[in-house]
Amino acid sequence: MMDVRPEIIRKTRWILLGALLVLIALFVTSVATGSVSLSPSQLWRTVLGQGTMKENLVLFEFRLPRIMISMLAGAGLAVAGSILQSVTRNPLADPGILGINAGAGLSVVLFVMFFRADHSLFQFGLPFFALTGGLGAALLIHVFAWRKGEGAEPNRLVLVGVGIAAALNGAVLLLSIRMDPEDYDFFANWLAGRIWGDDWPYVVALLPWIVLLVPVVFAKSRVLNVLNLHEHVSVGLGVRVKRERFILIFLAVALASSSVSVSGGIPFVGLLAPHMARSLVGPRHQGFLPLAAVLGAILVLAADTTGRVLLDPSGIPAGIIVTLIGAPYFMWLMARQPGR
Amino acid sequence: MNSAIPKEAGKHDVFSRPVIGGSVLVLGLIALLGMLALAVSVGAADIDVRTVWQAVFNPDPSKEAHAIITDIRLPRELGAAIVGAAFAVSGAIMQGITRNPLADPGLLGLNAGATFALACMFAFLPGASYMTIMFVSFIGAGLGAGLVFGLGSLTPGGMSPIRITLAGAAVSALLTALGEGIALYFKLAQDLAFWVAGGVSGTGWKQLAVAFPVIAVGIVWAVASSRGITILSFGEEVAKGLGQRTFLTKALLMLIVLVLAGAAVSIVGPISFVGLMVPHIVRMLVGTDYRWIIPCSAVFGGLFMVMADTVARLVNAPYETPVGAVVSIVGIPFFLYLARKGGRG
Repeated sequence: MMDVRPEIIRKTRWILLGALLVLIALFVTSVATGSVSLSPSQLWRTVLGQGTMKENLVLFEFRLPRIMISMLAGAGLAVAGSILQSVTRNPLADPGILGINAGAGLSVVLFVMFFRADHSLFQFGLPFFALTGGLGAALLIHVFAWRKGEGAEPNRLVLVGVGIAAALNGAVLLLSIRMDPEDYDFFANWLAGRIWGDDWPYVVALLPWIVLLVPVVFAKSRVLNVLNLHEHVSVGLGVRVKRERFILIFLAVALASSSVSVSGGIPFVGLLAPHMARSLVGPRHQGFLPLAAVLGAILVLAADTTGRVLLDPSGIPAGIIVTLIGAPYFMWLMARQPGR
Repeated sequence: MNSAIPKEAGKHDVFSRPVIGGSVLVLGLIALLGMLALAVSVGAADIDVRTVWQAVFNPDPSKEAHAIITDIRLPRELGAAIVGAAFAVSGAIMQGITRNPLADPGLLGLNAGATFALACMFAFLPGASYMTIMFVSFIGAGLGAGLVFGLGSLTPGGMSPIRITLAGAAVSALLTALGEGIALYFKLAQDLAFWVAGGVSGTGWKQLAVAFPVIAVGIVWAVASSRGITILSFGEEVAKGLGQRTFLTKALLMLIVLVLAGAAVSIVGPISFVGLMVPHIVRMLVGTDYRWIIPCSAVFGGLFMVMADTVARLVNAPYETPVGAVVSIVGIPFFLYLARKGGRG
């Protein structure tokens, strides 16, 4: 299986390059459009440091951080979804559907309620706090989906995830009643998947997680290739299945939780991006993981930009727009799978 | 549905237990009445049961306590009772005809469909009458159910309980997102959020006057068709073998489900898990004969919702807790338990 023909690798490179170009084009479009549109010459001038105060403000303070967050979170969620799909061998897996986003969300909401005043701690503590919630959800799902002798059967895993997500969202809803109006506003936006961390400190808080963890996952492509096969095969091929699976799930939860902690609950990205990538370049992780990351960034950025432009100034949350594409795709996938 | 017919179904032995069924029904009714009396008497202003009795049977509008009971609490708790009955009966019917132990109007897309339709209505037809609201709610519930079952019929070899539940989750996500999008676009998010989390607190006699007859007719109709559900619960082949026109029966039963769930959602907002839990508990008590399951589900569904609403009122008084959250706290562990069993019931 490691015998990969060079033309496939070449094709993968071209497609990846194409996706990057699309992302760049989208980036420029997103920077230029909105309630204040900036012409290419204005943009250029502003980037070179000769913009007016208003242009500087719009570009550097409002748009760039939000765009950065969209791209980082999209990439993080896409890679997390890729891992979960391979490790659970379930094409329907996604951090949102499995309830990991909801777990992270619950702890983010708790964190916001208790530590909002403490600004020095706030942004950097968020991803860590989200991680504990995400891990808690993953643990719960595992406990409930596990059955002696069979392990965690893939479909049951997703089903239990749906239940856990409902439970955690219910808990968030209960908490929200006691919130003061400002916190409630935050929470409502978070829940709908509006990119809310639109300030540089949030970018700085998320960036290290993505920049450090995504390459680790890429380095594990070979292991992922093997795990995607049947468990007996992976053991036969000398992979320490349990340990590797544990590490990879931890990475997926960390990526999803940190992304969600600053972007809001965006479902279906982790489902869509890996599927699109796989259908373009095939199931080899060396090829499709980087592409999935880029496609995830494209998806969230496109959704956020559309929502922002469509309804000014409040916008339609990116989460809603992604769901409008993602849910039908999920259904189509399900209808195509052989019945069980 | 592609699984084999269970062994016991081949023998058509319905556990008809009229003594047990009858006593469960009677005890349930007594408990429901007791719970209603208790629910009406407790709250921000505690009122003793004797005053409740007087307020109901000999009302004196000049007394404040009487006014609280007849104008606020009584319609609210009666609303909770009929809504619970409607959800539980529609869940029981769905579980019977789809042979899916995880079936519930909330989980199979009916509630989200109704929410979506109501968002559209708030956007394009503001200030509609309550009758219209309920009708729109039916249409929406039908849309949600149609999508889920349409998706089910697309799958080669039919759908297992697990997969149809996943289809329900996806359809619910889609319709909820569409509804939220419309609500945001037309700046109605608050109206919709209010209704989604609304609970039974706003139920007055006016809504009851419209919803009660509809739900009552639905439940009576369901009881009348309960023999057909029992036969369908053996599986399609057996039902056909017994001479049932399965398609027609199923279509009529689905219509009852839509009417009941639509009416309930229009009053109380989307509440999941009542229709999942109550029929299971009732089946444990009275066996597999739907002639007993349906009426007992109605009674226990009502009892459960009145209890949930009372807890929701008291737990954080004087603030209201959405009753849907209270129901979920009880319902989700139940769902997880069933999911763990692999959806085999």
